[in-house]
Amino acid sequence: MQTVKMVVTGPFNAGKTQFIQSVSEIDVVATERKISSDEERSVKYATTVAMDFGRITVDQDLVLYLFGTPGQKRFDFMWEILSEGMLGFVVMVDSTRPETFREARSILETFRAYAPTPFVVAANKQDMEDAWELEDVRHALRLDKETKLLSCIATNRDTVKTVLLGLLDNILKEMESGK
Amino acid sequence: MALRGNLRDFTITQLLNLINLASKTGTLVVDGASEQASISFREGKLAYARIGKEDGSLASVLHKANKINVNQYRAIADRAGQMTDKELGLLLINAGYVTREDILLILQGYFTEVVRRLFTWVEGIFRFENGMLPPGDRINTRLDLENIIIEGSRQLRELDQLQDEIPSLDMALKFTERPLTNVNLSVDEWKVVKFVGPKNTMRQIAGTNKLTEIEIRRIVYSLLQAGLVKLVRPVGAPVQQNPKMFPTQDKEKQKSLINKLIARIRTM
Repeated sequence: MQTVKMVVTGPFNAGKTQFIQSVSEIDVVATERKISSDEERSVKYATTVAMDFGRITVDQDLVLYLFGTPGQKRFDFMWEILSEGMLGFVVMVDSTRPETFREARSILETFRAYAPTPFVVAANKQDMEDAWELEDVRHALRLDKETKLLSCIATNRDTVKTVLLGLLDNILKEMESGK
Repeated sequence: MALRGNLRDFTITQLLNLINLASKTGTLVVDGASEQASISFREGKLAYARIGKEDGSLASVLHKANKINVNQYRAIADRAGQMTDKELGLLLINAGYVTREDILLILQGYFTEVVRRLFTWVEGIFRFENGMLPPGDRINTRLDLENIIIEGSRQLRELDQLQDEIPSLDMALKFTERPLTNVNLSVDEWKVVKFVGPKNTMRQIAGTNKLTEIEIRRIVYSLLQAGLVKLVRPVGAPVQQNPKMFPTQDKEKQKSLINKLIARIRTM
């Protein structure tokens, strides 16, 4: 059995666990804990402290694992561990919460510094009325025009598939360009 | 869709950066603790600004700049009640009180000053009204935002925030496509700019210029905010190929594996 993995990262409550749940064929193995901080509890009741884990079986010889990182910066020691050996990564950002954009930029730069791994950015919650437009998110995250920024609704399997296909397309292009 | 939030989470310099890079046209309205400010932009350039109870009229701005005295200001206010700023400007130019350049420079100075005052606001609800322009009777400017952004970014002192913005000094810098013209940089900023290139990491640039980690982060942050540079992986940096990425080292088999994944996800 051959296995490959992709990592889904992003700030606290960006929708990483939901993203993996939408495409995983198994119930996501989520290591969630009740939130102790009052501020964070006002946004979400439980959060990922180690990782989420989802699976997509391709055929009897190949399995894709999806790992979700914990969002809070105090768990950033997990990021490097989880990113080891990944094919690529998705940075998720909540389009309705500009207060998380700085953290998203920081996570993105941290992951880019580890290795030149292909990635895409998923602007989640684009169906919400108060979501920032994609191009505004692009500028807020300081993404250049070559970086793939995709609209996403983590509860909608089709948009999640589009994000994963966008990442796989980037991986293929990098392989073909010989990088 | 909305471009709204709180200055606590998304600062004025970050907003100016976004408006600048996206070449936006519209008005940024900020409700601060005690007053409201409206800043208008045309294609990413500062066109007009007003704050609080200040009416931002040409007469009041010229008076503040000591171009007209208090009696002249009162006379204008009395006689020119129905006159637009554009008409008043023409009248003053024709009467030889001011030149066209005077008016534009003074208005630019006033609008910039309004934006500077916003740098001190740590709280405030903002919204960007797309396409909303200042009243038609007001004189607009076309002021590049880069210098204002750099000035605002220099005020960032919080180390935590700087580390968030630039987590690794082992990345390099590359100029964006924006021209580096008419930008007012400090001596230290120019020293950094001199070494911008994908071969030099920020750590190397700091070492060469004897800058501390905080100093280099602060300078790079200003340049990033103004959209003048971007972070890139340094050219020639050793790339550690992770053998665990793929279960096989055969390139064709790796491609085939990715194509299988694509096919599988498409059919889900």
